[in-house]
Amino acid sequence: MDIVNQLQRQYVDFLSSLYREGLLDDQFLQIQKLQDESNPDFVNEVVTLFFEDSEKLLHNLAIALDQQHVDYQKVDACVHQFKGSSSSIGAQRVRNICVSFRTCYDAKNLEGCLRCLQQVKDEYYLVKNKLQTLFRLEQQIVAAGGAIPIMG
Amino acid sequence: MDSYSNGFSSPRAEAFPAGLRVLVVDDDPTWLKILEKMLKKCSYEVTTCCLAREALDLLRERKDGFDIVISDVNMPDMDGFKLLEHVGLEMDLPVIMMSVDGETSRVMKGVQHGACDYLLKPIRMKELKNIWQHVFRKKIHEVRDIEGLESGIEEFQMMRNGISDQSDDGFSFCGGDLNSGRKRKDFDNKHDDKNFGDPSAGKRTRVVWTVDLHQKFVKAVNYMGFDKVGPKKILELMNVPWLTRENVASHLQKYRLYLSRLQKDNDLKASHGGIKQSTDATSRDQAGNLGFKNSINIKHNDVANTNFGIPKNTVIQNSNPKSHDGVVSSPDLGPKGPLVSDAHEIQKATSSSGVGLHYSFGTPDLDTKYTTFSSALPPQFSWNREHKPQIDPNNVFNHLSLPDLDQVQVNQKTFLPSYPTPFNKERDKLTHIKAMPPRATECISLNIRQQMPGENTFGLNPVQSECSTTAFNPSESITRTAWSSKDQVLDHISVSDLDSFNGNLILGKNSALTSLNENFPPCLLPEDCSPTYFEMQNSDFSDSNNPGLLLEPSMYLYDSLKFDYEYPCDPIEYPVMDQGLFIA
Repeated sequence: MDIVNQLQRQYVDFLSSLYREGLLDDQFLQIQKLQDESNPDFVNEVVTLFFEDSEKLLHNLAIALDQQHVDYQKVDACVHQFKGSSSSIGAQRVRNICVSFRTCYDAKNLEGCLRCLQQVKDEYYLVKNKLQTLFRLEQQIVAAGGAIPIMG
Repeated sequence: MDSYSNGFSSPRAEAFPAGLRVLVVDDDPTWLKILEKMLKKCSYEVTTCCLAREALDLLRERKDGFDIVISDVNMPDMDGFKLLEHVGLEMDLPVIMMSVDGETSRVMKGVQHGACDYLLKPIRMKELKNIWQHVFRKKIHEVRDIEGLESGIEEFQMMRNGISDQSDDGFSFCGGDLNSGRKRKDFDNKHDDKNFGDPSAGKRTRVVWTVDLHQKFVKAVNYMGFDKVGPKKILELMNVPWLTRENVASHLQKYRLYLSRLQKDNDLKASHGGIKQSTDATSRDQAGNLGFKNSINIKHNDVANTNFGIPKNTVIQNSNPKSHDGVVSSPDLGPKGPLVSDAHEIQKATSSSGVGLHYSFGTPDLDTKYTTFSSALPPQFSWNREHKPQIDPNNVFNHLSLPDLDQVQVNQKTFLPSYPTPFNKERDKLTHIKAMPPRATECISLNIRQQMPGENTFGLNPVQSECSTTAFNPSESITRTAWSSKDQVLDHISVSDLDSFNGNLILGKNSALTSLNENFPPCLLPEDCSPTYFEMQNSDFSDSNNPGLLLEPSMYLYDSLKFDYEYPCDPIEYPVMDQGLFIA
């Protein structure tokens, strides 16, 4: 069972680092708590939904900012939406970028907006990556017969 | 939900708050999933919706199928605040708003629109765990309404003893398809009034305050003097057998709150340079109209102390503004449900009473449903009535733009408190009363009856027509022909009284008005509502030889009529304070 312990430790360290680095916040913990026997894949499902939704939003954002005449209302709508969904899983850094994004589109600062768009994309892909790694670890633990550690 | 007809004994009731039926509306799929899970963990019964429209349909389909609604503020198909209004007006359910945006202004807006709470995302379990309090609070308020409004435990006891043999036999509703079914259910549950103490008695009795019912209510209130009357007395005066004191008490509370809100809004309007009028009525705008506009902003303080005698303190209680049908900012969310007209009741009552202010709902040949629109107040009171207008409001009003109208008569009924003449004596020329621009979903009810030439008194004008509901677009303007008042007429005019205003506004004069009858403005009525007749008793108008236009103003009209008078203008209580929301 050494391998399980190892994996579990790895998992804990990894997840802790995500919290520490601000990629994830308490909300993620909350949704982990929601997972139970009746919904063993809850976190995974939620995060998957988040990924799908986010990619759509990012796509729309890119289009909106690519227009001849940028419709900042649309930009606002997208960013607002993104802010909401990122907050749902606790993707803190993504959410924070959305906040600063707002200042840019409020000021109709196209250059600023484009910068923010890039930043938000970066943060999004980063957290997506990390979460996928986390899930893989979970799967490994389970495959090895262990239980996923629950962070307090 | 028959299981709730006996609130106390249903298992669900005992388990309260477990089993609370929550409807969650959010376009964000992630949040929807999370919330669903969280609510389930709270042992609530959850239904999710990602579209506001869908949510509304669901709510309408399953009347009394939900206890509380949680909705996001930002949704693609409909603004969350709009949904909030609709829900409050139609279903009178507590609504909690959610958003990732916690700006004070947004939160404020939520509260103003009647949200009973505003949660910031990310939402925690503990916040959701407590949402049942809003359902409970609402139920308690109904009790408090009674206790607060009238002192005396015996009254309370009376209510408890209730009208045990209420039946809705003698109670006929006009037409009504699903409405009548619902009504029946509502009335069946009237017995549950006693069960107010059980917060989980899912079946909160909902009295449907139809136009007519409300009219009776207002009539009774005015008869006694607003500040003097209590629910018990009102109930007696109204003489509506199936109505309980509790119903009246609750309604009275809302009515008072509505008035206070009305004046507050008028205040706001005043501060913004008058009431914004409809957009396309500019052509009909006349200088006089501006006068109207400006005059509308009568001291709000006065409004509180208008002839209705609303005691300041009662009016100002406004702890929980809710987008009542444009009326009341009250702790409770909205009216008790759509209004149902009890036409028969009204008719009975009016035929027997000499003093009746009833509404004349247009001509018999009009096939419209009538709803008096009670609020031209800010956005939160808009609602959607998606029936096709049978009458193009613009056309109607074109007819109304009668330049020769130079007289306005308002019949102030005897039992109404006497108000100083609202009409501007100095005003000679015809001015237009512009309607408040209906919001996209606002419906304006306009009841126009033409007074036949030579008719001095307004006799009973039973109109059995049904008005079709109409949704006005914001761009539609309903311009009422304003009237200039002549001195002789002024004495008879008292605009302030809601009832009188509702039915008694008679545009003095003219031939031009003959066509008005046919151009009955679209009114909104609950589907099942049949118009009652409007009875005008106007002995005061003996000197009038002109055909008059009986105009039933809606709120905006009232506003228009609040002239710049020294006299404290009585708020014209909109015909239907508790107008149900007639949403298609």
